[in-house]
Amino acid sequence: MTALDRLYQEMILEHNRKPRNFKVLEKPTHISHGVNPLCGDDYYIFLTVEDGIIKDVGFKGVGCAISKSSASMMSTMIKNKPVKDVMEMKECFISRLTRETETPECDTILGNLTIFEGVKAFPVRVKCATLIWRALEDAILHQKKPKEDRVVTTE
Amino acid sequence: MTGFEVEAIRQDFPIFSEKMNNKPLVYLDNAASTQKPRAVIDRVKQFYESEYATVNRGVYALGGAATEMVETVRKQVQEFIGARESSEIIFTRGTTESINLVAHAYGRKFLGAGDEIIISVIEHHSNIVPWQILCEEKGINLKVIPVNDKGELLLDAYEELISKRTKLVSIGHISNALGTINPLKVIIDRAHSVGAKVVVDGAQGAPHSNLNVMALDCDFYGFSGHKLFGPTGVGVLYGKKELLEKMDPFLGGGDMIKSVSMEKTEYADPPQKFEAGTPPIAQIIGMGAALKYITQIGMDAIVSYEQMLLKVALEALDEIEDINIIGTAENKASVISFLIGDIHPHDIGTVMDQEGIAIRAGHHCAQPTMRRFKVPATARASFSLYNTVEDIHALVRGIHKVKEIFQ
Ligand SMILES: Cc1ncc(COP(=O)(O)O)c(C=O)c1O
Repeated sequence: MTALDRLYQEMILEHNRKPRNFKVLEKPTHISHGVNPLCGDDYYIFLTVEDGIIKDVGFKGVGCAISKSSASMMSTMIKNKPVKDVMEMKECFISRLTRETETPECDTILGNLTIFEGVKAFPVRVKCATLIWRALEDAILHQKKPKEDRVVTTE
Repeated sequence: MTGFEVEAIRQDFPIFSEKMNNKPLVYLDNAASTQKPRAVIDRVKQFYESEYATVNRGVYALGGAATEMVETVRKQVQEFIGARESSEIIFTRGTTESINLVAHAYGRKFLGAGDEIIISVIEHHSNIVPWQILCEEKGINLKVIPVNDKGELLLDAYEELISKRTKLVSIGHISNALGTINPLKVIIDRAHSVGAKVVVDGAQGAPHSNLNVMALDCDFYGFSGHKLFGPTGVGVLYGKKELLEKMDPFLGGGDMIKSVSMEKTEYADPPQKFEAGTPPIAQIIGMGAALKYITQIGMDAIVSYEQMLLKVALEALDEIEDINIIGTAENKASVISFLIGDIHPHDIGTVMDQEGIAIRAGHHCAQPTMRRFKVPATARASFSLYNTVEDIHALVRGIHKVKEIFQ
């Protein structure tokens, strides 16, 4: 496989074509806005959290295949999971893409998400894959009320 | 093409013996910055190796010679753009600084509340933001000329915007995002008829047109060295002498004064008044070598060669399904912004990169332009004198590869 084949694997392309949970939630408990201004990647993320469990998730916006498929796959992975586990997953995902340290314990946590390791060969595209995870983190940590527009970025 | 030997020209650019991702380099990001010919690289090297000294101070021979070299480049620039006097040529760090200089040194002094500045919707951010800052500070109103779907300025709308309140019109010569060549003469003459001054953002104009600022009669014209085969960190602001003399200084410091006492400072005459601090000496000299290189080939030959490439590329892209070209002005420079279906430009850029093709993907520092055409970003191929028809074939192959992956 070439680096390009490892980047644009079929599962990623499929999520890009048909993103899951690509919707606005009516009454989210948490919201954030991830923007990479240089790239133009721009997504809102919506969460409904009940009793520490992510009951529903949606995202909406525009961006490249990597950012969109990352958001789509993330949404399928975090639904009905405890916030605590999801934050652990976020740590695993981000350190897998941005750090050299071995994290074998993350393999099972990440599951299919390890497919994004192909992005590492394209340093300028790492920020595309991590954007939605930073928005998720921001929504969970700071965004109790969907009021003012907080923006996070990975640029 | 007779008289234009592109293979010989490519030999002048050492970078083309390099590979990118193990493929021969196809460099199509010339609107962002151009590669450097051996003549420029060698000139800068020679200066540092055997001629280096700072300017305007040394009583010693090296310093005097360096000052002489910088002043020679000033004369070269004067000839290159057709200015009346070399004192109308100010060295800056680039187009961005040139425009900011006018906003600061002319705008802040001569414009006030209720006055109007006209720009267009297809400007680069560096011809938008300095005016927004000035308008905010002074209570000036910013008016914007719209474009049609081809990316051409709507002159009727300009006619409606312009009035006695218009004090400044600042317009790009050629759009870096769309390639549109604006009808400068018409815009300038109309602005002058109401007494407004005209600033031209020539970042793309200077490298791709046979320029004569006196014939255009613009009041200011700014451009960057790095887009015309020169070094980064250097550019030019041309300004009419009578305006430069009336303007406030830009930065304060050394080299821009006649005398300083604690009570009163007397400024130097233009251009030194606007060149505070130690200038980018090697870069200026390198830019001089770049202008010499361009002049030897001939701007007319360069422009007609680039127009040939543009035509070939547009025809080639026209054959491909799902290609949407943003910016189809009748009068267009060798810049092609495009989309492939709904594939994001960054994905296009990454696939191209793996094929050794350098294109630009993004908003090209022209977000209002992107918004006007309702796209978040575009892919952009821009051609220069060393590009070949084979480069266009490579671009076409790259596009097919993108389509194959994302179909
Ligand atoms: C039309 C236009 N204006 C201004 C600029 C800014 O030039 P610089 O970054 O060299 O100051 C550019 C270059 O990106 C440009 O294309």
